[in-house]
Parts: sequence; C-alpha cells; structure tokens
Amino acid sequence: MAITTNIKVFFGETGNIARFTGRFFSTGLKPRFEIRELLSQCYIIGYKSLPLIALTGFIMGLVLIMQLRPSLVDYGVESQLPVMVGIAIVREIGPVITALIFAGKIASSIGAELGSMKVTEQIDAMEVSGTNPFKYLVATRVLATTLMLPVLTVMGDAISLFGAYLGVNIKSVTSFKLFFTQVFHSLSFGDVSPAFFKTFFFGFAVGVIGCYKGYNSSKGTRGVGSSANSAVVLSSVLIFIIDLLAVQLTDLLGLN
Amino acid sequence: MKTEKHFTTADEKNKTPVIIIEHLYKKFGTNVVLKDFSLTVQKEENVVVLGKSGSGKSVLIKCIIGLLKPDSGRIEVFGKNTPELDHDELDKIRAKIGFLFQGNALYDSMTVRENLEFPLRRHWIDFSQKEVDALVIEALENVSLAHTVDMMPEELSGGMLKRVALARTMILKPDVILYDEPTTGLDPVTAREIDNLILKLQKKYHTSSIIITHDMNCVKNTADRVALLLDGKCYAQGKYEEFEQSADKNIKQFFE
Repeated sequence: MAITTNIKVFFGETGNIARFTGRFFSTGLKPRFEIRELLSQCYIIGYKSLPLIALTGFIMGLVLIMQLRPSLVDYGVESQLPVMVGIAIVREIGPVITALIFAGKIASSIGAELGSMKVTEQIDAMEVSGTNPFKYLVATRVLATTLMLPVLTVMGDAISLFGAYLGVNIKSVTSFKLFFTQVFHSLSFGDVSPAFFKTFFFGFAVGVIGCYKGYNSSKGTRGVGSSANSAVVLSSVLIFIIDLLAVQLTDLLGLN
Repeated sequence: MKTEKHFTTADEKNKTPVIIIEHLYKKFGTNVVLKDFSLTVQKEENVVVLGKSGSGKSVLIKCIIGLLKPDSGRIEVFGKNTPELDHDELDKIRAKIGFLFQGNALYDSMTVRENLEFPLRRHWIDFSQKEVDALVIEALENVSLAHTVDMMPEELSGGMLKRVALARTMILKPDVILYDEPTTGLDPVTAREIDNLILKLQKKYHTSSIIITHDMNCVKNTADRVALLLDGKCYAQGKYEEFEQSADKNIKQFFE
C-alpha cells in the first residue's frame, strides 16, 4: 500500500515539475523581460557564489594531486600527474563538484526565499502590483542559474588546476608553464565541450527545482524548511542523473 | 425565516455601485467556501465583511482581485467581470484596487522606499523619478512614517509595518481598497490608529472599501455597512447599530 502511494507521489511530483518547466518555456521567456531583476540575480547567484566555488575548487585540485601521487609514483608515471588531474577535473570532477556545491548554496537559498515569500503572501502582493511573479521570480532565477553555473565551472576548473599545480610542487618542482602545457595538451575538444555544455543543464536543474520547491511551498516555517531541504536533495540527484545521461550521449556521439 | 437579512436600503438608489458580486461560488476540493454569495459596494462606502475564522472572507476578496478564480458567479468591478478578464485587462483593474494583506506582505529584501516604489514601477504607468519620490513621501506622510523611508521592514514594529503596508496600498491612489484583517495581531491602541487611518484615507481619497475582519471594534469604527458571511452566503447586511440590536443568534454571537 505504502509502495503504491510512494509511486503515485513520485509520478505526481514528476508531472508537476514537468508542468512547471513547461510554464517556464511558455510564459517565462515571453516579453516583458525582467532584465534588471535577471542582472541582479546573476550578481547574487553568480558573483556571490564565486568565493565558495573558488575555495572548494582550490582544495579539490590540491587534494586530488595528494591522493593520486602515491599511486602514480608506484607505477613510475609521476610525470603524468598534470595529465591525469587535468582530464579528471575538466571532464568530470570540476563540473559535478561545482554543480553540487552550487546546488547546496543556491537551490536551498532560492527554495527558502520563494517559500517564505509564498507563506508571507509576498508573491500575491507582487501579483496585485501588476507583476507576473512567475516571470519576475522564477524565470529570472532559472535563467541566472543556467547562465552562471557554466561561468562558475570554468572559473572553478581554473582555480582547481592552480591548486593542483601547487600540490605538484609540494613534493617536486614543476614550472607553471610546463604544468599547464601538459594539462592543455592532454585535453581535446571531446573533453572540454561536453563537460562545458552539461553545466547549462545542471544550472537549469538547480534553478527549476529551487524555484519549484519554493514556489509551491506549503504554509508555515516547516514548509519553508522542507522546501529548502528538498530543493537541495532533488537538484543534487538530478545533477547526477543529467551527468549520467550526458556521459551516455557523449559516448554515443563518439566524443569520448 | 429568510436567511438573508437586509436591514437598510436607504440612500442606495442614489449611489453608484463599484463592486457587484452575484451568486459567487468557490470550493476547494469538497469544501464549499462561498455558496451563492452576493454583495454590492457603493462608491465611497466602507463595507465590513464580518465572519468567523475560516468562513471564506479572505477567499472572497482574493476572488475580487483575481488571486483566486471563482467556480461560478459574477464579480463586477468598475463594470467589468474580473474572472473573465485576461492578464493585461486584470492588471489595469488591479491598478485601481489597493489590497492590504493580513500579514502586510512587505518585500523583506527591499527598503521601505523600494516597497512603495514597486507598484509605481510595475503598473505600466510612466512616472519620473521626481514624481516617484514625491508619491513615496506623500504616502508615508499620510501614515506619519516619512522618517522610515530608507529603513528595512525588519527594523519596524508591527504597527509600523501595517502602516507602511497601508501606505503601499494607497500609493497608486486606488478607487477601491480591500483590507484583509487590518487590525489582526495589533494591540488595541495601534488597532484604533489603523482604524482612524482607514477613515482618514477614505475621506482624503474618496475610496470605497471592503474590510474583512472579526474585530468588532474595527467594525464599529470603520463600517458604513456590515455584511455577515455565514455558511458561504451573505447572511445579513445593514448598519452596525442594526447588527448590535439584532436578536438573531448568529449575529448576536459576535457581540458577546
């Protein structure tokens, strides 16, 4: 009985998210465009996330080198450290970790913000003030997350590689030029482009789920907390699902 | 016994109706909230809709402003049936209607000034910055809070929040104002201040109002006419004194 209910809830929720996404394309992308609010959200979502992404990216690069080095030393291929780290960061770890950190920060913040606006009737107030709240609140945030995550990923990857460069130099001496020459020589179009393009989808998923959960928050502080929490959980799961699909698609297209 | 009591009819022929509600039905699932509700509001008249908690008072005014769509019935505002209007037409009507939310619904991420500017910027009306500034100050002076213009809502007390919300409601100088429990949660002194403000602003701007409340002092102070919402219907309407003297047990319970 409980399984049947859970299945119903799952499909009901999936259908609602699909409808919400459809509404984004059908009404959210039509004029009048909320350019000022979009820019404001890009600043909040993108610029203000940069320190966190930079810090985690730097640590990730550093730690990756420290973990990989012993194994590569065992096989006598320590010189291949920049190549391995470059491919790992650019193809997979950079986009996914950045997206997960981004989901933790942004999906929860959007879910809580819209959720509290909903329960305090601020969304209704917006509507009676001649504003389409879906366009003003949802469309701008979804567009901002979709546009900002790729930028943050590129920056995160760069800082991560810099962290890796410092990590390499802890136990050996490698010049900056040599390290990055090795990294970039090892990367091809098939490594960079799918990894970059999938981040648009990661960002879109974070925005849609954060907004959906907040916009449909139930009454009370518990509802707002639950919205923020489930926005992070669901968007993180979706990031992995999109990543899996992206890898399969890349494989099918022969870009691997 | 006739279920709908209409104590007073004097003067009504000489007035212009601004809101005509006829045979309004609204249900949520199986819960029928409004059941054949009818009411007319005349120009420059304050009608208080009295009713118990959960009787559908807020649903009624949300139907009037188009935040909820009634299942059937007519809501004519300035001669237009609002449930049939498209979004743009509804926005034009909404520019003439002020709505004071029960919880104030001030945007907590904006200053008092930005809260008041919001409806001015959104209703497709071109105001210069000088006009906007003048309107904001005028609205705040009306509620004696001009000094709070650059404060955040979180810095204001409950009574001040209500007055700022009232200033925002009045900023477009609407012809009709819908008040959703304007004195709920306020101490008796502040509640009386709000009652007096409602009357003062009505006199100054010649507005018509629907005031939703179960605060009998608010009813006594502000009502030109009282309508009792009971079992989804307009059970009785008349002057406050007529209600006070009524022997009907459904009416008497509000005075005990």
